[in-house]
Amino acid sequence: MSEKILMKGNEAVAEAAIRAGCRLYFAYPITPQSELIEYMAKTLPKVNGTFLQAESEVAAINMVYGAAGTGKRVMTSSSSPGISLKMEGISYIAGANLPAVIINVQRGGPGLGDIQPAQGDYFQATKGGGHGDYRLIVIAPSSVQEFADSASLAFDLADKYLNPVMILSDGLLGQMMEPVEFKPRVSDEEIEKHSEMHYDWCMRPNEDGPNHHHHEINSLEIDPEVLETHVNKLAEKYKKIEENEIRYEAYNINENNEMVCCAFGTAARIVKSAIDTLNSEGHNIGLIRPITVWPFPTQAIADSIHDKVKNVMTFELNLGQMVEDVKLAVNGKVPVGFYGKVGGVVFTPEEIIEKIKENLGGK
Amino acid sequence: MARMTVDKNYCKGCGLCITACPKHIIRFSENINDKGYHYAECFDQDSCIACKMCYTICPDAAITIEK
Amino acid sequence: MKVIASRPKALTDAQFTYCPGCLHGVAHRLIAEAIDELGIQNNTMGVAPVGCSVFAYKFFDIDMAEAAHGRAPAVATGMKRARPDMNVFTYQGDGDLAAIGTAEIIHAANRGENISVFFVNNAIYGMTGGQMAPTSLPDMKTTTSPYGRKTSDVGYPIQVCELLSSLIAPYYIERVSLLSPTDIIKAKKAVLKAMKFNTEKRGFTFVEFVSTCPTNWGINPVDSLKWAKDNMIPFFKPGVYRDKSVEEAK
Repeated sequence: MSEKILMKGNEAVAEAAIRAGCRLYFAYPITPQSELIEYMAKTLPKVNGTFLQAESEVAAINMVYGAAGTGKRVMTSSSSPGISLKMEGISYIAGANLPAVIINVQRGGPGLGDIQPAQGDYFQATKGGGHGDYRLIVIAPSSVQEFADSASLAFDLADKYLNPVMILSDGLLGQMMEPVEFKPRVSDEEIEKHSEMHYDWCMRPNEDGPNHHHHEINSLEIDPEVLETHVNKLAEKYKKIEENEIRYEAYNINENNEMVCCAFGTAARIVKSAIDTLNSEGHNIGLIRPITVWPFPTQAIADSIHDKVKNVMTFELNLGQMVEDVKLAVNGKVPVGFYGKVGGVVFTPEEIIEKIKENLGGK
Repeated sequence: MARMTVDKNYCKGCGLCITACPKHIIRFSENINDKGYHYAECFDQDSCIACKMCYTICPDAAITIEK
Repeated sequence: MKVIASRPKALTDAQFTYCPGCLHGVAHRLIAEAIDELGIQNNTMGVAPVGCSVFAYKFFDIDMAEAAHGRAPAVATGMKRARPDMNVFTYQGDGDLAAIGTAEIIHAANRGENISVFFVNNAIYGMTGGQMAPTSLPDMKTTTSPYGRKTSDVGYPIQVCELLSSLIAPYYIERVSLLSPTDIIKAKKAVLKAMKFNTEKRGFTFVEFVSTCPTNWGINPVDSLKWAKDNMIPFFKPGVYRDKSVEEAK
């Protein structure tokens, strides 16, 4: 289907998830993503899917865990405070090697915060908001099209690695309307295949011997040596993901860059505007925009520091979270500066231009 | 004709079957199993009436009743 | 002679990890017997709680999920909505169901989820070493109520069957006890009924077992039966609290 539809981000990702074969969705309303749950409520029954508004975000993530344990594509969505509630459940999903998709439409925090867009959940998403040694694959879209496209990518990665995947969006992307081109809806046969690939471990109808199976969906291993083996296996999985699934955009990165910027999601759109203006005035500034914030494009950032780059500027809608990973990637080669906005306030291209100009030459 | 048998590997010597038996024909064995429990045993199979009270109360599904 | 009673097929060969005389094993066996008698072993999946029965997935020979503490009814909801043709049950203790999991059990019951919930009530937290439970009795001494449960401070035991029977949707709610062979035979009937209604997709079914905890009560298994009869039964009265099949039969 190559027609473009003007759609709100929250609704576009919901539509895309359904087209990717999601037929199970459990969630709780929270601003600014209520359009997502409402779209699912309206649309899932039309495709014989199951929509259920849970009694809390805690209940919702546990319903996701249960459904994921039966080998089916399942999703939940929430916003910052609700995502905090899901942390226990996410840790369990990761520990039990289950595929699942969790969408975070970030808002201002901490605590109840406000309902405006922010990027304050970067740490929570990439450094594990839940307990224990686990990693979420985290996709950070920067446009409504990318937000929609992240749905099928998230489900594919979740199925491939048996891992929860988070789509880290924000209130601006969730609420804004842009033209979106959707992939065609997957067929029922393809949906069956999505499930069949999990038959060797998922809960499903059984048979008498010799094909009788006993599948346990579990993250408990009371024997420390067994748990050690289990967690080390998780580590091998995460290593594979880091080797194979890094995604980023290199925007005007070349050997003559005087400065490299780093930003993700909504912040990156604004930084791009600023860079375009500055570059049209004769500057040469590039941007590395991580699309996966985990696995983080460490090498891409390191490689972008060509000889003429005097410094790196990171722009985020928080007090400085991704900048720590940028600093690790730059590894002392050049200074790394940061400018952020918090409280759900979004910076303007003019502010970014000013900040870049202040910091040109590595001041 | 009736028989109650205790699988000594499951028995934990809790004594519930001994109290439940209306014929009072179960006792703790002098021997112990691998876990160190004095497991239950029937010492008078001829008096067993296959009432299944022991089976019913056994918390370890250790008992088999035949008739 | 032929075998007229033996270890059910729906139990694995693993030895139960419960304390000697703990009636969890009896509850397990009743559920396994019901699964065998209904012939549903290949089409049933369960949810294990956090508590003494955290390893229940090792004991039932069916596909099972371990749930986070209290979340079993939500996990079961996800499982049942994903595979509606399979039978789903949860198995939970008093901390799991009546403390941290109160929201989940009330809402699963309120939605009339087509699952069976088996609730083992022994008025104490066993696995973690004998702390007070929402179901602990007034003045009961536990490790976190060392001077006795003061009702003026922390209220009274929660009576879950009564609580759930205030909801319209639940189909079948019964409290039974495991304190004597006769009680266990009655309990078996309730378990079988709950599972049968489950397979017939009639809605939410719930069985609460009044049970014991010899280890943390500090009483031997045989005497713990009497203690429970004398102290728990007055608060947790066995009986049928809801049975829509009775009205439907009229």
